[in-house]
Amino acid sequence: MKTVETEKITLAFGAAGGQPTAVEIPVGAVIQRTYWHNVWRRVSRDPFTVACALVLTVVAAAALFAPWLGLPEPTLTNSANRLLPVGSPGHLLGTDELGRDMFSRLIYGGRLSLMMGILPVLVALLVGGTLGLIAGFVGGRVNMLIMRITDVFYAFPSILLAVAIAGSLGAGIGNALLAITIVFIPPLTRVTESVTTQVRAMDFVEAARASGAGTFTIIRIHVLGNVLGPIFVYATVLISVSIVISAGLSFIGLGASPPDAEWGLMLNTLREAIFLAPLNSVLPGFMIFIASMCFNLISDGLRSAMDVRL
Amino acid sequence: MVEHTMLMTAARSTAPELRPLLSVRNLRKYFPVRSDRLMGPRLLVQAVDDVSFTITAGETLGIVGESGCGKSTTARLLMHLIAPDAGEVWLGGKRLGGSGGFTLRELRRNMQMVFQDSYASLNPRLSVRDSIAFGPRAHGVPAEKARAKARELLGLVGLDPGQFSRRYPHELSGGQRQRVNLARALALDPKLEILDEAVSALDKSIEAQVLNLLMDLKRELGLTYLFISHDLNVVQYVSDHVLVMYLGKVVELGTVDDIYHRPRHPYTRALLASRPSMDPEARIDRSPLTGDPPNPINPPSGCRFRTRCAFAEAVCEKVEPALTVCSAASGHAVACHMHIDRSGHSRHG
Ligand SMILES: Nc1ncnc2c1ncn2[C@@H]1O[C@H](COP(=O)(O)OP(=O)(O)OP(=O)(O)O)[C@@H](O)[C@H]1O
Ligand code: SF4
Ligand SMILES: [Mg+2]
Repeated sequence: MKTVETEKITLAFGAAGGQPTAVEIPVGAVIQRTYWHNVWRRVSRDPFTVACALVLTVVAAAALFAPWLGLPEPTLTNSANRLLPVGSPGHLLGTDELGRDMFSRLIYGGRLSLMMGILPVLVALLVGGTLGLIAGFVGGRVNMLIMRITDVFYAFPSILLAVAIAGSLGAGIGNALLAITIVFIPPLTRVTESVTTQVRAMDFVEAARASGAGTFTIIRIHVLGNVLGPIFVYATVLISVSIVISAGLSFIGLGASPPDAEWGLMLNTLREAIFLAPLNSVLPGFMIFIASMCFNLISDGLRSAMDVRL
Repeated sequence: MVEHTMLMTAARSTAPELRPLLSVRNLRKYFPVRSDRLMGPRLLVQAVDDVSFTITAGETLGIVGESGCGKSTTARLLMHLIAPDAGEVWLGGKRLGGSGGFTLRELRRNMQMVFQDSYASLNPRLSVRDSIAFGPRAHGVPAEKARAKARELLGLVGLDPGQFSRRYPHELSGGQRQRVNLARALALDPKLEILDEAVSALDKSIEAQVLNLLMDLKRELGLTYLFISHDLNVVQYVSDHVLVMYLGKVVELGTVDDIYHRPRHPYTRALLASRPSMDPEARIDRSPLTGDPPNPINPPSGCRFRTRCAFAEAVCEKVEPALTVCSAASGHAVACHMHIDRSGHSRHG
């Protein structure tokens, strides 16, 4: 049977090419692939995920390089040209209630909106991920303490909590960022904790302990690699939530403030023009929807590529 | 000079060694579990209770018993992967901690373990080579040397290093995975190898190959095995001594010959009678083992086997039978009132 076990492979080699030395290379290329290579390959073959990544790249790049794109000044008002419809000459997507160019404002708006979507998740990932890793790996009382505290935050829906925190901190982008970060720390802690607890109970972690390795080495080599995937997937979903929440905070006046270009805020200021220029006023909402949905779909793509069960 | 010392070690290792390599005394582990009721009392699973045995260097001790009797827990206690509630583990005349004792690292370098589940015990994100090299790396061996060692070990367990060293666990068959686990468990040059159901999950033919590999390795590397299995045939094949466990207790201990040809404990007899036999003549109608073992949370008083024992009497409920030597010559010991003088049991033998 031993020969059968290995022979299958030898046959495959034989089929790939005649000489043993010549065979080794293609086989190596097929079989000897790391996990992350595989994930990358699967993601890049998933048309939805690739499309979403492309859209986001374009939006983000445009936002990043907005000052060099030769766009009209996003805060330049022109009371003569208020609410020009979409497709007007010189204003591809029309103008807003103060005559500012919509296209330019949507592009510039991506800067704040995307930043407010991504930054809180990154910071919360750092804090919550560390807490969750500690809680999950150390277990016992430490776990109890950390997890009971995060439970307290779970009593409220995230949007409400963000509004409450931002409201008590006062309006402003900085406070909105802080509020969203605080809201995201508990769920990231919890997800990291549950994945870490699962991984820690696995035999290979026990086998690593049996080899006499220290805790830090075990976490670095055996735990991190197995928890990063699921956490990453979850963080990507949170970005899509964060984009919506931050837009919501700006919409109700707790985030960005005029005359900043920010999608949520634009949605608010255009709200009164909904009957006069309906298309113009839904455009910021469309951007929020697109960005949020793309992050969500990318997360789905990553999830299936990594074969993550959350 | 070098040759001389090599000769000496060779001579020493071929000489019959009788000193105990591993000696376990009164090992106990009760797992606390939550009761079904909220605020209910804390319950204890008596997974391992008062287990003692020794293994002589160079031999194989087999541990048998039904699922859940505490075999894996015993193994994990020996490795100190879980802390014992009581008891001592001595390895080569030293114990853990204290002056002149082992550090945990040293203990784990001398004693290694192959885990029950060949798939779960390999990190899916690490290549075979890195999994094997992890132990040496953690003990300060430089990366290049550790990798060379991993390749060498792969060859030793019968896997071509060129083909396998950069594969991942999911790219291996069950037999190949268990070989990798074995290579990993050898990477620190241990003296004692704990094999927890190391071959149980394999196809019969692959199982035979791995068993033969185990026997070869033992001879070549001068290893000592603690071989855990619920397969009586396999245990008979590999072991020198056999320990029979029931609900966390040692019920019988003896040489392979004693256990398989002169079993004393009703449980051992039932186990042997209930094993499948190819020979129709050997199929006996003696009462095989019926029912499941009782709950280890509240094990029966006195003798734990009494709920399934055909010979249970009043004394069995009241008094716990101690593990008693019944044949001084071979060291055969059994924990049953029928084999203890003046125990109060009406039968004897
Ligand atoms: N961490 C734990 N917490 C609570 N109970 C446990 C724990 N580990 C094991 N047990 C219990 O201890 C008893 C012995 O378990 P163990 O795994 O040692 O059995 P085993 O003899 O290895 O069985 P198997 O042949 O199925 O592997 C079982 O009743 C099991 O449920
Ligand atoms: S002590 Fe009693 S109950 Fe236990 S095995 Fe012996 S006869 Fe049976
Ligand atoms: Mg077990």
